[in-house]
Amino acid sequence: MTATTSTSASGDLAAEPEVTFTIDGVEVAVPKGTLVIRAAEQIGIQIPRFCEHPLLKPVGACRQCLVEVSVPDREGNLRPMPKPQTSCTLEATPGMVVSTQHTSPVADKAQHAQIEFLLINHPLDCPVCDKGGECPLQNQAMSNGAPESRFKEVKRTFPKPIKISTEILLDRDRCILCQRCTRFQDEIAGDPFIALQGRGGGSPGMDVHGLHAQQIGTFDEAVLGYIPRGEDEPPDYADSLDLASPGGAPGVRGGAVRSVGAAATDVSGRPFSSYFSGNTIQICPVGALTSATYRFRARPFDLVSSDSIAEHDACGSAIRVDHRRNVVVRRLAGEDPVVNEEWITDKDRFAFTWQSAPDVLQAPMVRDEETGELVATSWSEAMAVAAEGLQRARSSGGVGLLPGGRLTLEDAYAWSKFARVVLGTNDVDFRARVHSAEEAQFLGHQVAAAEMDVTFADLERSPQVLLVGLEPEDEAGTIFLRLRKGMLAGKVHVTTIAPLASRGTTKMRANLIPTPPGGEAQVLDALAGNGDLSLDEDVAHALAQPGVVVLAGERLAGSPGAYSALLRYVRARQARLAWVPRRAGDRGAVEAGLLPNLLPGGRPVTEAEARVDLAALWETDTLPEQPGRDHTQILAAAGSGELGGLVIGGVDLSDLPHPAQAERDIRDAGFVVQLEVRHSLVTPYADVVLPVAPPTRKAGTFLTWEGRPRPFEEVFTTHDISDARALDLLAREFGVQLGTGSVQEVHAELAELGAWSAARVPAPEEPAGRITPVSGPNEAVLATWRLMLDAARGQDGEPHLAGTAHRPVARMSARTAAAAGLEGHRKVTVTGPKGAITLPLVLTPMPDQVVWLPQHSPGSSVHRMLGVTAGQTVSLSAVTAEVTS
Amino acid sequence: MAEQGKGKDVSRDSTSGGGERAADRPRPQASPQQFDVDADLDKNALQELFAPVAGFGVSFSTIFKPVATEQYPFEKVGTFPRYHGRHQLNRYADGMEKCIGCELCAWACPADAIYVEAANNAPGAQYSPGERYGRVYQINYLRCIFCGYCIEACPTRALTMTNEFELASTNRADMIYEKDDLLAPLREGMLNTPLPMVPGTTDVDYYQEKVTGPTPEQVEWVREHRPDDESLEAAAKAAGSRAANRTDALAGERQKGSGR
Repeated sequence: MTATTSTSASGDLAAEPEVTFTIDGVEVAVPKGTLVIRAAEQIGIQIPRFCEHPLLKPVGACRQCLVEVSVPDREGNLRPMPKPQTSCTLEATPGMVVSTQHTSPVADKAQHAQIEFLLINHPLDCPVCDKGGECPLQNQAMSNGAPESRFKEVKRTFPKPIKISTEILLDRDRCILCQRCTRFQDEIAGDPFIALQGRGGGSPGMDVHGLHAQQIGTFDEAVLGYIPRGEDEPPDYADSLDLASPGGAPGVRGGAVRSVGAAATDVSGRPFSSYFSGNTIQICPVGALTSATYRFRARPFDLVSSDSIAEHDACGSAIRVDHRRNVVVRRLAGEDPVVNEEWITDKDRFAFTWQSAPDVLQAPMVRDEETGELVATSWSEAMAVAAEGLQRARSSGGVGLLPGGRLTLEDAYAWSKFARVVLGTNDVDFRARVHSAEEAQFLGHQVAAAEMDVTFADLERSPQVLLVGLEPEDEAGTIFLRLRKGMLAGKVHVTTIAPLASRGTTKMRANLIPTPPGGEAQVLDALAGNGDLSLDEDVAHALAQPGVVVLAGERLAGSPGAYSALLRYVRARQARLAWVPRRAGDRGAVEAGLLPNLLPGGRPVTEAEARVDLAALWETDTLPEQPGRDHTQILAAAGSGELGGLVIGGVDLSDLPHPAQAERDIRDAGFVVQLEVRHSLVTPYADVVLPVAPPTRKAGTFLTWEGRPRPFEEVFTTHDISDARALDLLAREFGVQLGTGSVQEVHAELAELGAWSAARVPAPEEPAGRITPVSGPNEAVLATWRLMLDAARGQDGEPHLAGTAHRPVARMSARTAAAAGLEGHRKVTVTGPKGAITLPLVLTPMPDQVVWLPQHSPGSSVHRMLGVTAGQTVSLSAVTAEVTS
Repeated sequence: MAEQGKGKDVSRDSTSGGGERAADRPRPQASPQQFDVDADLDKNALQELFAPVAGFGVSFSTIFKPVATEQYPFEKVGTFPRYHGRHQLNRYADGMEKCIGCELCAWACPADAIYVEAANNAPGAQYSPGERYGRVYQINYLRCIFCGYCIEACPTRALTMTNEFELASTNRADMIYEKDDLLAPLREGMLNTPLPMVPGTTDVDYYQEKVTGPTPEQVEWVREHRPDDESLEAAAKAAGSRAANRTDALAGERQKGSGR
């Protein structure tokens, strides 16, 4: 509850002068500006509070933390303040004397009275409330409240439960108006989709008279007198009002409370939502905000809590996994001041059902030779069959390995060692997405085994941060929150090189350098001071200063020359660079050398010295000398029979640039071994399927984009086998001791391995690419990236979360739309070589002849449906049936 | 005397044989008189005559007293009214379940014998008044110690104890009673769940016993959704008679418009 950003905060506060004052007779010295409530915490005095939160601004809304205060006047005589003061808004001053409820009857009485006041309209329905048992109001009513209620009158009630989004339910009766939720959305997330409305105390009963008192609500247009735009209500939001109210009536949709208008919709036509809204549930000190997923699932005393690390992005957020009888029922944000503070994204919070989905692989499977069906078998038989098949495949051209991006560091290391030692190949590539040889070179040169340079803390104090090929709000939520925090504190200015100003960009008040995909290299060269592109002078000047922090997203791989230009810029302007991948295992995979040109610890494949060093550690004679094939080449070679077989891990074909081609290649491949958690599109073509443990069932370490190790223990103790252990067992069939049977063994080996300090992979020297020229007004360059909440398999089985996703829309500039004859049309069809995608059209200020589509959202799976990827051209056409007058 | 003394000596020897410690311990001393059988025999001849059967005195006198043996299970004897027997999950007057699945009983249970899972009530699938009901309710009678803490904890008086004590089985699984086993049988006029709440009421009205039986609306709903429901006929009759003289406190209440 009291996490603060230790590194930056303590550094800043150390310079502040100290203030000495007294709390309950104990003298404390704290930095100037410290709140009394915080100082009291330091000496172990707990003052009850609801609205106060260390990461939110003080507001003094709940009035629960009243204390008696005396302050010395000008002559130094102690003057008591006439009334008790809220210690959460009161800064300590020299000589101040504070008496809390422990020593002051006045403070104690004030607190008791305040609890009684807060409970006047509180329904005391703790038995039906999800917060019951872990509720600050319940606890503090017991510790600082009256034993009995004197309020005999009828309590004020509101219609409930209100679905303010599909995921979040609001119970206004329980609310004590502390405003933690609205302050979080406003100050931290920047999505004020809920706000405090109305005024006064209201009246009892379910009487309807317009605005009932002061309350939390969605952004209702009617409150502010806006005229509703009269747009069609999105059909997918009018769904499942399937929760009964205390009166048995259906629940209420947010914004649809009587006489209050419909909630304003965002540009995609969906009521305002937020990628971070789950945090409001966690910080709500009463049961006013509850989760639709967790509703009535368990009580705190049922739950077994385990600390873990989120597996959905490369930020490595600390989470708490709560399970009941071996079923995970919820996840909460963990506290880690240096990484995620106390916030996590909704994806990290709610998307956990994939690990226990019905299609989770239960037992090893082997393809029956006669029927051709996969049949469940024992591990020993599966291993024997896999080993035999791989042996044959190895002798008939070799085996390619596609581990995917979900691996822990330990698993990635096992894959890497298995590829080199057992299969004797460098045909290994974790990049199940758009990739390039330039990227592999960049990763080997700049990222692998690099010391941790840019950290989360830097993001909130670096004067200039440049984002290239990265949408932090969608691809790395914690980075977004940190950047926004720094921006609001006035310390950070963000500039982004992107085709359009996304909502996240707007919320960070970032400068946008509008750049169609493919143009990144030119912009970076211009920032480095060479090249002919002219940029906004102020922006260019700011980014020419040394010490700019550059966050480069993995999407740069699709922009030829961008990584090379990035390195040129970083050198020229003495900037600090960090690479931000999207998946949790990517950074670990780079460290483990899951690339065709890279061995573990940043050792280049082509360096004889590095190979010898590693071969000595691995107790093997030689390691393959030639750099291997990359992901696309491995698939192609397997499909053509050049490679004898494949070992495939967490590869989702939809992520690949050519999913259909990949599927054909895997189908045609000789011998396919799959190590997966769930059935996937690869499973039907696999000869041996080895079920591996999801993160709840194994221990491991994720590396954040910073390179920070984030170890976690298993939540459930099972006999499930991790990738590393499965490969260790498989290697034994080859007579090789891989030594990756346990996390400890791998750690010991990694410690021995160390980082490589000699020659590294050389920097890529690609010429700056150009934006693909378009041939006519109906053509446009495709820009695309993945939204945080989309059609990913990691979000399967969580309809409440899916309901808060942004609705897929196509974006383009008004001029592009006009040129393509789309004026007045509400939908647009984007056509590529493989097919077409039809989405609502939203006009957005962005470069002309560029169209943006969500990469993998429902109804818009760009790679699969269009057959193109970012930077390539597509054609635009109107949907004639949808013409509006 | 020597013989009786011997008997005592033997016992004493056996205790003191253990050493000083046992001897130090104060022991209750039996009076020698009590065991002086020879002295009793000397008292008179009559006694001597009946001496061989004197020991049956108690037996013979008991023959003429009423028999205390209970012929269980052929003849069942009732328990005291507050006997802690098998649990029961009660219903409101219209048949709605009282249990809201709050798990306070499970929390209170010192033997961890109760397992509860709650779920959302939904329009069309309303099992208890209000937002929440107990979807899964299990009591493990191999663990239950019948202390009754669960009954004290229950906030809706849903859980009470019956006087039923015949809880035995030949296997362990049968000793875990499910919600179906524990739910109170429908009394005459009650409707089976799920059924909609009485219109215009809230869970609080139910708790305050303002609902006194099923309403025609509820009967109609059940008739529509479960035409074959066995509880329907009796409930329809009950609801009909209630509808005929609708002077219910509830009807008045509803008019006042605590409604929404």
